[in-house]
Amino acid sequence: MAVMGKAKEAGLPLMKLVKLRGMPILQQLHLEERLLRTSSDNWCLINDGTNSPAIVMGLSGKLSELVEAKPVLRDCIPIIRRFTGGGTVVVDHDTIFVTLICNKDAVPNVQPFPRSIMSWSGLLYSEVFEGLADFHLRENDYVFGDRKFGGNAQSITKNRWIHHTSFLWNYEVKNMCYLKLPAKAPQYRLTRSHMDFICRMKEYLPRSEFIERTIKALGSQFSVKSISLESIDFSSVSEYVHTTKLLTEQEIQETCTIQT
Amino acid sequence: MALRMWASSTANALKLSSASRPHLHPPFSFSRCLSTVLDGLKYAESHEWVKHEGSVATIGITDHAQDHLGEVVYVELPESGRAVSKNSGFGAVESVKATSDINSPISGEIVEVNKKLTETPGLVNSSPYEDGWMIKVKPSDPSELESLLGPKEYTKFCEEEDASH
Repeated sequence: MAVMGKAKEAGLPLMKLVKLRGMPILQQLHLEERLLRTSSDNWCLINDGTNSPAIVMGLSGKLSELVEAKPVLRDCIPIIRRFTGGGTVVVDHDTIFVTLICNKDAVPNVQPFPRSIMSWSGLLYSEVFEGLADFHLRENDYVFGDRKFGGNAQSITKNRWIHHTSFLWNYEVKNMCYLKLPAKAPQYRLTRSHMDFICRMKEYLPRSEFIERTIKALGSQFSVKSISLESIDFSSVSEYVHTTKLLTEQEIQETCTIQT
Repeated sequence: MALRMWASSTANALKLSSASRPHLHPPFSFSRCLSTVLDGLKYAESHEWVKHEGSVATIGITDHAQDHLGEVVYVELPESGRAVSKNSGFGAVESVKATSDINSPISGEIVEVNKKLTETPGLVNSSPYEDGWMIKVKPSDPSELESLLGPKEYTKFCEEEDASH
């Protein structure tokens, strides 16, 4: 196990870092939800790409309004309803996921409410991208200039919260055909199509550098300790029922019928 | 927020109270934290309120909570008949990009759920203490109410919480 950051002498709270590559997004979300609900530690999960494409909706997302069901069924793309709020994304091996799970007392200057957590995250990533790009937190998105490259979502419990981000390292244009233009969009989007609204992180910095810079930025607030996925002990946790669900083919088929 | 500050200072200057404004029901007081805190209710530090009337207690989230959450777009509530436990979650609200747990300040059995929140979740923002109520509970241990905060204590709690961040 490696201890990173300058935290020991500063007495910063411990944050366990788990670096993953290619973990299926459903498995990642199940892991996150379980850690949020059953662990008392602070966590950073970094999944460097998921193994195959998937569509991930927020908790209250309405399938018929967010997804083009016909191409989804044609191409057998799984759709997942996650436990956090927020919008709909298409994820694949070119998406980098960074998840932060914190006890509210570990970040004492941040109130456990959405705007406060979002603002704090914006400061963190400002440090990550300092000197590299025109980074901003714009409404609730991470942008370079006015183009989105990172989407955020949160879940807040009594004493803990999770803030997770899907970063668009790269994307395939054809994957955008699975998503409808959402009825509720951030104001800064104006009427732009997906292609004019988003941008690729790969045009700004190497993949490994982004991950290293993120870990370094976390090290200024936490004592970051790298651990393996296999070392996470869930043996003391009783049966846990996930909110995150994979939608059934029947549900998607019914939506396709509505949309036709 | 600026409008609330004007209203609060004006009310204080006029020394308005629930007694001189009988048309306002239930009675309420302006607080220095700029969110409304009602008299006659009990409050949890997790920002839920309880109104105990006879054998039923009504539960919702406070004005402070709805203000800090932002626009509520979805409310997930359990079915009637389910048990709730003090300090445990019974549902969730979604606002902006976040789902936030709603915790029950008391233990008991849910006897009614506010179905209006399915179609009109914004009631939590516009009327957190009235039309935005969430569940009605038959308390299993009414003494639990005694450990909750009164209006002044809750107001102070909110002020201290906001000031420390």
